[in-house]
Amino acid sequence: MTVGLFIPCYVNQFYPNAAKATLELLQKFGVNVVYPPKQTCCGQPMANSGFEHLSQGCNEIIVENFSAFDYIVGPSASCVLHIKEHLHSDKNEKQAAAIRTKIYELVEFLTDVIKVEKLDASFPYKVGLHHSCHGLRGLHLSQMSELNAPAFSKPQQLLSMVRGLEQITLDRLDECCGFGGAFCVTEEAVSVKMGKDRVTDHTKNGAEYITSSDLSCLMHLEGILHRNKSSVKIIHIAEILNATV
Amino acid sequence: MSQTKTHAALAGAFIKDEERVDWHDGALWFIREKRDKASKQIPEWEELREAASQIKSNVISNLHDYLLQFEANLKKNGVIVHWADSAEEHNEIVYSILKAKEINQMVKSKSMLTEECGLNEYLEERGIEVINSDLGEYIQQIDNEPPSHIVLPCIHKRKEEIGELFHEHLGTEKGLSDPTLLTRVARKHLRNVFLTRRGALTGVNFAVAETGEYVVCTNEGNADMGAHLSEVQIASMGLEKLIPQKKHLSVFLRLLARSATGQPITIYSSHYKKPRKGQEMHLILVDAGRTRQMGRVDFRDSLKCIKCGACMNTCPVYRKSGGLSYHNTISGPIGAILAPNLNMKKHADLPYASTLCGSCSNVCPVKINIHEQLYKWRQVIVKEGYAANTKALGMKAMAWTFSSPGKLTTAGKTGRWFLHNLPFVVNNKLNPWYKQRDMPEAPKESFGEWYVKNEEKEDNRQ
Amino acid sequence: MNTREKILEAVLKNQPTSTPLPDIDSFKGDNTDLVQKYIDVFKTIGGNALSVDDITAVKMFINQNFDTSKRIVTTVNELSDNLELISDTVDPHTYNDVELAIIKAHFSVAENGAVWLTDEVMGQRIIPYICQHLAVIVNAQNIVPTLHEAYQKIGLGEYSFGGFIGGPSKTADIEQALVLGAHGPLSMTVFIMK
Repeated sequence: MTVGLFIPCYVNQFYPNAAKATLELLQKFGVNVVYPPKQTCCGQPMANSGFEHLSQGCNEIIVENFSAFDYIVGPSASCVLHIKEHLHSDKNEKQAAAIRTKIYELVEFLTDVIKVEKLDASFPYKVGLHHSCHGLRGLHLSQMSELNAPAFSKPQQLLSMVRGLEQITLDRLDECCGFGGAFCVTEEAVSVKMGKDRVTDHTKNGAEYITSSDLSCLMHLEGILHRNKSSVKIIHIAEILNATV
Repeated sequence: MSQTKTHAALAGAFIKDEERVDWHDGALWFIREKRDKASKQIPEWEELREAASQIKSNVISNLHDYLLQFEANLKKNGVIVHWADSAEEHNEIVYSILKAKEINQMVKSKSMLTEECGLNEYLEERGIEVINSDLGEYIQQIDNEPPSHIVLPCIHKRKEEIGELFHEHLGTEKGLSDPTLLTRVARKHLRNVFLTRRGALTGVNFAVAETGEYVVCTNEGNADMGAHLSEVQIASMGLEKLIPQKKHLSVFLRLLARSATGQPITIYSSHYKKPRKGQEMHLILVDAGRTRQMGRVDFRDSLKCIKCGACMNTCPVYRKSGGLSYHNTISGPIGAILAPNLNMKKHADLPYASTLCGSCSNVCPVKINIHEQLYKWRQVIVKEGYAANTKALGMKAMAWTFSSPGKLTTAGKTGRWFLHNLPFVVNNKLNPWYKQRDMPEAPKESFGEWYVKNEEKEDNRQ
Repeated sequence: MNTREKILEAVLKNQPTSTPLPDIDSFKGDNTDLVQKYIDVFKTIGGNALSVDDITAVKMFINQNFDTSKRIVTTVNELSDNLELISDTVDPHTYNDVELAIIKAHFSVAENGAVWLTDEVMGQRIIPYICQHLAVIVNAQNIVPTLHEAYQKIGLGEYSFGGFIGGPSKTADIEQALVLGAHGPLSMTVFIMK
């Protein structure tokens, strides 16, 4: 099986280690991974702001670059969800439709396709799991706290395979961090307050690291942690699952 | 008329008092937790939501016939039926009913519809005194402020502030803030209102087409205290409040209070059918934008709403910004998908007062896809030309950059270079991100650059 | 065209293709331990529910727990030997000074503690709301598990006014502090008669 690696634009620029860890992790499971260098962006920033009609360029680039693969995997629930729900092509709708069915976020790819049962990974720290809203309520990576339905969590399942890792319990399981795309600057006061409250939930429950499938959330929380000189760090879940020291 | 401040501006002001925000946020989260506890005691909870959603879909898609059936049954029951196209027409009808009986004092129980129509102001201007009998609405009324939450009208007020209002308006001791004592004072004062008002107005929670009766839900008993002592009883109802059959009440009444406050049922669920002997009963069916919303394919499901407020309680933006930041009678997530239909210019900011987290859709007892409608409203608002010019330019620039891998690589490299070498260009007052957050660090090379280098190394090795 | 025609026309024009009603008849409650379930739920709402053998027990309870020097009214014939029977012809305002009202419910609902009353058993509609304290008698075999069974019992309903009442009136409008006794009764007692 050949997997096309989809790396979100801001992950590519600001969090290359998460991308490297994603690549290495997939290769560890014997997956042939290819990174198409001409990829750009999933188009979500425009679409979520009401400018869906401007994201056609991004859509065509995705179809051009990713049609050939068996699967497409990306370390971002938010971007993967957007492509799953909104990818359309004027030139090649059939390919676009196919991509929508074979694109996966990293965690769900590991649990649902590779069906990982054990990991040779070690991360002896207290870790808080941040359920990104797109991952949770969009991709159903875990059960949503609002529903009267059986509990499950794909990211927690994987984290429990990591030696030495202790998962902390939060007061509020899955409240939004407040990033929300352009929201983070158009409603700056609310966005930061939401982020501060999430950080407090993690720190008061003992987290040394905060992890997630979404670096957009983590980037926002990191900004707050750094500004407040906290010792708590953020880390993408790929880097934990790939950690061997 | 002054320009309406945006949600962002009003929220910013609310958030300045962090202690108050934490208290407001905590109070509403607690109610969300109570709702969770109640819903998890009903194994068939998700099936009930689905049934309620389907019943309401059937109502909206057959509303014409249900309205005729309801009207015929109302008349059989001896209720006088009125139709109002607009808020103004509704208010005129209420006024004319009261005037015909020479009534110039009316007691009113909770009705978001009449709040939307501006009924109280309309009547006061014409010499008719209106008193809100729900305690929370009464408090907001004496403070000359609209309700901030559709179920908990003064959830944003501290008891000391309420005590101060009571001292000013009801002559209580200065500094008295004990909720029980304040409630007892209100009980006594409003009892006198109930006993002396000849006109009473209620809202309608559910109206049954099959029997021509309607149900009013309260915890305080204020709707009944007003109605059963009145000579003239008026019910104001939005068209969408209909349900087809009597037995459907079981589904909605099981969902309503549990979703709203975590109670199994409101203390009073009163079924009004025929007037008391010697009493006149009126019902006003109100459109005021509802048929227009019905015509919007992507947004008509917002009319399923049973006004429980669960979406407000779960929404982190609502909890941390307060209902009054939404500059609309109905606030929170449901308000943000109803309001643009009423006035797109005034409320263009509301669908953006959200991170699209989706929690609202999950708690909605009638499964309105609120977060999807928020996304869709954004597309409409931009198309109709209500997005800020600066935003449109920014979006076009972004789209241009992303449309070419070369342009994006250059932009990324440039951004990182500035962050690394001249951070002050980015880290300054003009950058709203930077106000309370640090920017991410700029790595020396992007993943794309590393990958290409690595691939070259691999090729060279082979 | 008048407003009524205008609105009906707008509704007809804008309503989508009809979707069917779901079948809700499969929603059912569990019939076990209904008396205990009812008592437990009613307690959590702030009401007082107790099992009694007969009307004499009710009389005794009232004498021991309420101020019998104040006005007590009822629609229950068996209590009319020394309690005032409610008249359905007098002005409802004259019941303003009622301390305690005792009425009989048609049935009650275990899942939410509510009793079902209609004007037939209320005497006057205002009675269960205007009294300072409310007491309700319900037969033990007339307790149903959920509102689904409740509406089966009510059917289309022949009443002019009916209501579920699920406890003492309450409000939490002031800082979410629960206060029993808003505008309706301050307390509610339910006698479950064998």
